[in-house]
Amino acid sequence: MEIMEGSRAVAEAVKACRPNVIAAYPITPQTHIVEEIARMVADGELASEYVRVDSEHSAMSVCVGASATGARTYTATTSQGMALMHEVLFNAAGLRLPIVMTAANRSLSAPINIWNDQQDTVSERDSGWIQLYAEDTQEASDMIIQAYKIAEDHDILLPVMVGMDGFILTHVHEPVELCPQEKVDDFLPSYDPAYYLTPKNPLSFGTIVYPSTYTEFRYMIHEAMKRAERKIIDVASDFRDKFGRHYGGLIDTYEAEDAEVLIMAMGSVIGTAKDAVDELRSDGKKVGIVKVRCYRPFPAEAISEAVKNAKAIAVLDKNISLGYEGALYTDVKSALYNENGPLALGFILGLGGRDITKNTIKSIAEKAQKAIKSGRVEKDSEFVDVGVL
Amino acid sequence: MKEIRIHGRGGQGVVTSAELLALAAFNDGKFSQAFPFFGFERRGAPIVSFVRINDSPIRLRSHIYNPDYVIVQDPTLLDVEDVTSGLKPGGMVIANTEKEPEKLGLKAEIRVRTINATKIAMETLGSPIMNTALIGAFAGATGEVSVGSIKCAVTSRFPGKIGVKNAEAVQKAYDRMRG
Repeated sequence: MEIMEGSRAVAEAVKACRPNVIAAYPITPQTHIVEEIARMVADGELASEYVRVDSEHSAMSVCVGASATGARTYTATTSQGMALMHEVLFNAAGLRLPIVMTAANRSLSAPINIWNDQQDTVSERDSGWIQLYAEDTQEASDMIIQAYKIAEDHDILLPVMVGMDGFILTHVHEPVELCPQEKVDDFLPSYDPAYYLTPKNPLSFGTIVYPSTYTEFRYMIHEAMKRAERKIIDVASDFRDKFGRHYGGLIDTYEAEDAEVLIMAMGSVIGTAKDAVDELRSDGKKVGIVKVRCYRPFPAEAISEAVKNAKAIAVLDKNISLGYEGALYTDVKSALYNENGPLALGFILGLGGRDITKNTIKSIAEKAQKAIKSGRVEKDSEFVDVGVL
Repeated sequence: MKEIRIHGRGGQGVVTSAELLALAAFNDGKFSQAFPFFGFERRGAPIVSFVRINDSPIRLRSHIYNPDYVIVQDPTLLDVEDVTSGLKPGGMVIANTEKEPEKLGLKAEIRVRTINATKIAMETLGSPIMNTALIGAFAGATGEVSVGSIKCAVTSRFPGKIGVKNAEAVQKAYDRMRG
C-alpha cells in the first residue's frame, strides 16, 4: 500500500489495462487523471496512442472510432464534458463498443459549479452504458480493471462508465494498493473483438436500420444489459480470487441483516454513512446500509431481496430529476412496487459539493424511524438542509 | 482519530502540507487521509485543507468541523477568519508568526504554539516557502507524527537538493518546538 491521490490510483489502473488508444479533454475535477496518463505516455511508461482532442464530443468520437477497429480505449470526463458527449454515448452503446470511461462526478450548470454531485452520470442513465459507482479510491481504481473485463465479454459488449465522486475521491490522498501488472495481464488479456473494422474484411458499423429492425437492436442492447448483471457479480468475485479485494456485486450491504432502517446510496457517501451507522448501532438503533454499486443495469431483484426485512428505507440522491424526485429513489420504489416492501423515503442531498456529515445521515435515519413509528411517510421526497435564498 | 485543519493562502502550499502530513503519518504506520477544499484557486485567497490520522482505515469523507489541531500558515488570516472555529476542547493552534502565542488574541483556553517558520525558510531555503518548516513544527508541538517520517515525506516529494534543504527546515522547526 502507498499513499496517493485518487486520480493517480485510477491512472495507474488504466495503465495496467494497457489501453491502445486514449482520447481526453481536461476538465475539473477529472484533469489529474488524464494529466497523469499523458505523463505516462510521454515518459514511455505506457505504449498507447494519446489523442489530444478539441472537446469531449471529439474524445468520445475518437474512442468510438478506435474501439471499432478493435482497440482497447479509455477516456475520462465530468459534468459539462459528459453532457457534450451525450449523443456519442448512445452511439458507443448502440455500436456495442466496450469503451471504459471514468466519470469524476460533478454537478451540471447553470449556475456553474465545479463540485461534486452525480447529476452528470445519472442524466446519462438511458444511454446504454453500464454505470458503476465507487465508494473509495481503491474501488475506483480496481473498478477500471473490472470494467474492461465486463465490457469486453462477448456476451456483453457494452461500454462502462465508472463514477467516482469529484474532488472527494479524485483529489483525496489515501492508502491504495495497486494491482501488479502481471496479475492484471493474467486477469485481463488483450481485447479480442467479436467484430472490427479492417481492410481485410470490410464491414459497416452503424448503418441505417428501418422500423422493421430498430426495435430488435434496442431489444438486443437491453438483453445484453440484463446479462451484464450476472457478469458484474462474476467479475467481482473473480477479482476477489485474483487480487483479494471485494466490494460487493451489484450491491453491497453493511449491518443490514437485522436492520429496521436501511440507508441506500451510491458512491463515496457510503463511507461517511458507515461511520454514522456504527455510532447509531452503539446507541442501539438498528440501521444498516445498501450500497448500490451498479446503477445500470438496475439491480431491482438484488435490491428488493436486500430490503425485504427492513421496515423503512431512506434513499439518498446526489441528483434530482427536476419536477419529480431523485432518480435512485424513483428506481428503488419502482423495483418494490409489487413487493409489499418497506416504507420508502427519498432525500436529495450533496448537490454541487454540499458537504454530507455523519449528522446528516443520522438525521435521515431518525426521519425513517419516525415514519416507522407513525406507520406512514409524511414527506415522500425532500431536500436535506435546504435554505431559501 | 486525529483531525487537522490547515489554513493558508493560495500559493503557500496548503494542499501540499496536508499531503505531506498524511504521507508522514502513513510512514509512521498509521492510516491517513488528506484532502483540499478547493475553490477556484487564486493566489493569495484563503484556502483550507484537511488531514485525518487514524489507527484503522478511514471511511469518513466529510469536511473537518471539530479539529484536534489547526495549523495557520499565514498570520494575516487571524484577522480575516475564525481559524479556531470548532476546535476541540484541549485542541491546539500551531501558527506561523513572529509573535508570542498570547499576542495572537485567541481565547485564553486555547493552547497556542507559534513559530517563525517564514524566517526558518528564509535562512534555510532562501525563500519564504515555509510550509515544510511549519509541519516540522507541528510534529515538534504535537508528537502526532515523527520528524523522521516528515523528512522522508519531504525528500520523496522533492527529490534532490531542494528536498534536503526542506528536510533541514523541518528539523530546525521541530527542534525549536522541542527546545
